[in-house]
Amino acid sequence: MDVTAAKYLGAGLAMTGLIGAGAGLGILFGNYLQAAIRNPSAAAGERVWLFLGMALAESMGIFGFVMGFIILFVKV
Amino acid sequence: MAAIEPMEQFMVQRIMPPLPVRIPGVGVIDMSITNSVLFMLIAAGLISAFFLVSAKRALVPGRMQALAEMLYGMVDGALTGGIIGERGRPFLPFVFTLFLLIATLDIIGLAPGGFTVTSQLAVTAALAVMTFVTVLAVGFARNGLGFFKLFWPSGVHWGMGLFLMLIELISFSVRPLTLAMRLFGNMLGGHVVTYMFASFVIGLGLFGLQGGLASLGFIGSAVSFLMIVALTALELVVAFLQAFVFAALTCVYLNEVVNLDHGH
Repeated sequence: MDVTAAKYLGAGLAMTGLIGAGAGLGILFGNYLQAAIRNPSAAAGERVWLFLGMALAESMGIFGFVMGFIILFVKV
Repeated sequence: MAAIEPMEQFMVQRIMPPLPVRIPGVGVIDMSITNSVLFMLIAAGLISAFFLVSAKRALVPGRMQALAEMLYGMVDGALTGGIIGERGRPFLPFVFTLFLLIATLDIIGLAPGGFTVTSQLAVTAALAVMTFVTVLAVGFARNGLGFFKLFWPSGVHWGMGLFLMLIELISFSVRPLTLAMRLFGNMLGGHVVTYMFASFVIGLGLFGLQGGLASLGFIGSAVSFLMIVALTALELVVAFLQAFVFAALTCVYLNEVVNLDHGH
């Protein structure tokens, strides 16, 4: 296979990491909203943990994204 | 039509002639001002100016003072106070500085023609290593060799404990990497996506100029333009949120070593 073609395919495959990040964020925010609607008075106190969880869930997707960029743009 | 170069905006360029400085034991280092350094200086100037204007100590706060008090209260209440607790006070200046610097760098990088300093892995890595070294130093200063209790899970068989300790050790040591990559990736990603939509606006617009069926390209161009507006709004939120997350994770990591003896 041509190296350029393989690079583009690899970068595209690296983007599949974002599937997990998307699912994780959906679960996270969905569950937060569910809990917040059941007990609105406790919602504000847990917002810091919501954003922390968001950052942790999102980071795996971001790693995949950075991998894709390294494959595409870093000259070896 | 100019070539589409999404990575060009992240190039560090000199904006003054090279300025080699010889440092004994290190060698010659180019200390000239680059666009990256320029935007860091702008951020530092903006933050200093903001506090000169807002620190009036008026009894009834003005707009600027109210904003400064809100930011300070947020970091003090939710981050150092909320995550570390009473022992977090000494770390407030460090966390607040990190938060303000990253937020300002992210937000001035969003300005058209601006340079996003936090999209440089070298910068985010330096910030992350600084956090990591602080955590290590505080951990050893407060707990001595008891610092290693951090990795030891309580209430498991020792054989399993050794295995878990290995995992804990690895997850502890990749923290600066994840911290740096998260900020870098978020900033890089946002700017590249905005750039791609901007190139669609021009590309599809020029395509639409051919007339006939190709004038449908104008619709795509308009939709892309609206997407840029929406993405810029999203990027503003992300800029603030990533600074918050960086500061919050710093607090979480500090909390583990500060309250190690205390089962917080």
